[in-house]
Amino acid sequence: MIKWYKPRRRPLLRQPVVLVALGWLVLVGGAALLAPWLALGDPVVVSAERVLLSPKADFLLGTDMLGRDVLARLVWGGRWTLGMGLVGLGLAVGLGLPVGLVSGTVGGWLDVVLMRMVDGMLAFPGLLLAMATIAVLGRSIISVAVAVGLAAAPAYARVARSATREVRAQPYVDAARAIGSTEGHVMVRHVLPNVTAPLLAFAATQLGWILLNGAALNFLGLGVELGTPEWGAMLADGRGYLRDGPWASAFPGLALTLTVLAVNLLADGVQEATRPR
Amino acid sequence: MAQAAFVLWLAVTLAFVAMELAPGDPAQALLAASGATAEEIAVRRVQLGLDDPLLVQYVRYVGDLARGDLGVSWLHGRAVSRVIGESLFPTAVLAVAATAVGVGWGLTLGLLAALRRSTWLDTLVTAIAVLSFSTPTYWSGILAILLFSLRLGWLPSSGEGSWRHLVLPALVLGFALSGSIARLVQTRVSEVMNEPFVVAARARGLPARQVILFHILRAALGPALTVVALQFGFLLGGAVITESVFARRGLGKLVVEAITWRDLPVVRGIVVFSALVYVLVHWVSDVVQAWLDPRLREELV
Repeated sequence: MIKWYKPRRRPLLRQPVVLVALGWLVLVGGAALLAPWLALGDPVVVSAERVLLSPKADFLLGTDMLGRDVLARLVWGGRWTLGMGLVGLGLAVGLGLPVGLVSGTVGGWLDVVLMRMVDGMLAFPGLLLAMATIAVLGRSIISVAVAVGLAAAPAYARVARSATREVRAQPYVDAARAIGSTEGHVMVRHVLPNVTAPLLAFAATQLGWILLNGAALNFLGLGVELGTPEWGAMLADGRGYLRDGPWASAFPGLALTLTVLAVNLLADGVQEATRPR
Repeated sequence: MAQAAFVLWLAVTLAFVAMELAPGDPAQALLAASGATAEEIAVRRVQLGLDDPLLVQYVRYVGDLARGDLGVSWLHGRAVSRVIGESLFPTAVLAVAATAVGVGWGLTLGLLAALRRSTWLDTLVTAIAVLSFSTPTYWSGILAILLFSLRLGWLPSSGEGSWRHLVLPALVLGFALSGSIARLVQTRVSEVMNEPFVVAARARGLPARQVILFHILRAALGPALTVVALQFGFLLGGAVITESVFARRGLGKLVVEAITWRDLPVVRGIVVFSALVYVLVHWVSDVVQAWLDPRLREELV
């Protein structure tokens, strides 16, 4: 019953799960990027003659309640959903990383003030914080990206700070200081390279959160305009027609779930690859 | 306590600043529907104290909050505290039911995985855990409706009223919650199994089942509670989405409606209220943890 267990450590690209996850992300990201040049149907044109057709040769994933091609909408939707996710993540890292690095490096009262602010922000449920941001900014896809990015930033700052402090306690940092390195040099040459791995893993985890919640805001009708091919909005469009055309909402949901799953598995993979021996 | 008070103050102040930054005139918003003239709106501005210096407005706002006054909804024309109070119960019921499902399922999975470390069961549990927090509730909810309501006809797909309406939403939200709990319990139980008190219990000849139930599980329950407290925000956000999927009344419907119609006092009220509940939840979780783990008691007192 009691067994000693040693966690394994494997290089990122030697993990089969990571390779599959990466493959999916490349496929989805590539399709979204190349959408205008792919031989796809039109994602927005409406047709009364082909309402709620089930998936078959003409329409591989069927059509929705307005006769729009679900596959085309899915591929074009990747541009909205993934674009929103990347902008949000950029904002979260762009705000959180500097705050965390400075807080962990400078310490003292600045650290206390910054971290108290961060804790205060963390007290809000993330989705509610994002919703409040949208209430102030107005409804749009930009608002959604800003809202989820802002909501994710405090957690990133917290993790960046603790990673920084951990690295700064290492003997090699003392050694660098002993031979006369400046604080700036220590931060750029010693701290940053060594916090990259944990911060990368956490960034992936946060991308998952941002995608889920950003698409959720679109699902709730607080983001993109009506009819936009975005995964969350597509799910919302299709749910009124579950009985006659479940594919219209099932496929966007599947795409979103697989993407978030891939991102989370990637985060686990990075963690496993960089686990301290 | 100082930390909790600070968090509350920050939430209250951020909510105030956000309202000030938001475009739109509250007096106009309140009277827009009644077709009031510019003069009436100006009079109302004075009544509401909107022409006072910001600091005066802030002090008054904090004073009102301290007395439980969250302002008046622009949409409903009633006290925000009343509006929130009416929506609170259905959401609380859903949150409690989902937590029960999440903790039960998460504990079971985590314990199984830890006791059968490095077997297929461990791998399966890890996979289920990742899947649970990668799946949007607004998708799993729709799949559940498809299967259990439309295909099998076992449970109603929307609305409320009986316990049967609660089953699907609670299962969907509980499943989303269970993954992070399972993960933490798995890690914690693996650690605890090597602790001296477990070895000692085994050495005294206690049967394995008893050791698992009374020693290991008790030690693992604390961290599970921490996750629940930490995931409270997730739970509230998840409840908002789940309510929308299953067309239930509650805070979710209220907040979506408030944002759609730019009813800022209600949005602000919900934000302040959720920060208050968050602080309470954390405090309760600390107390229960201390009760479960005697070593923590001294720190808390």
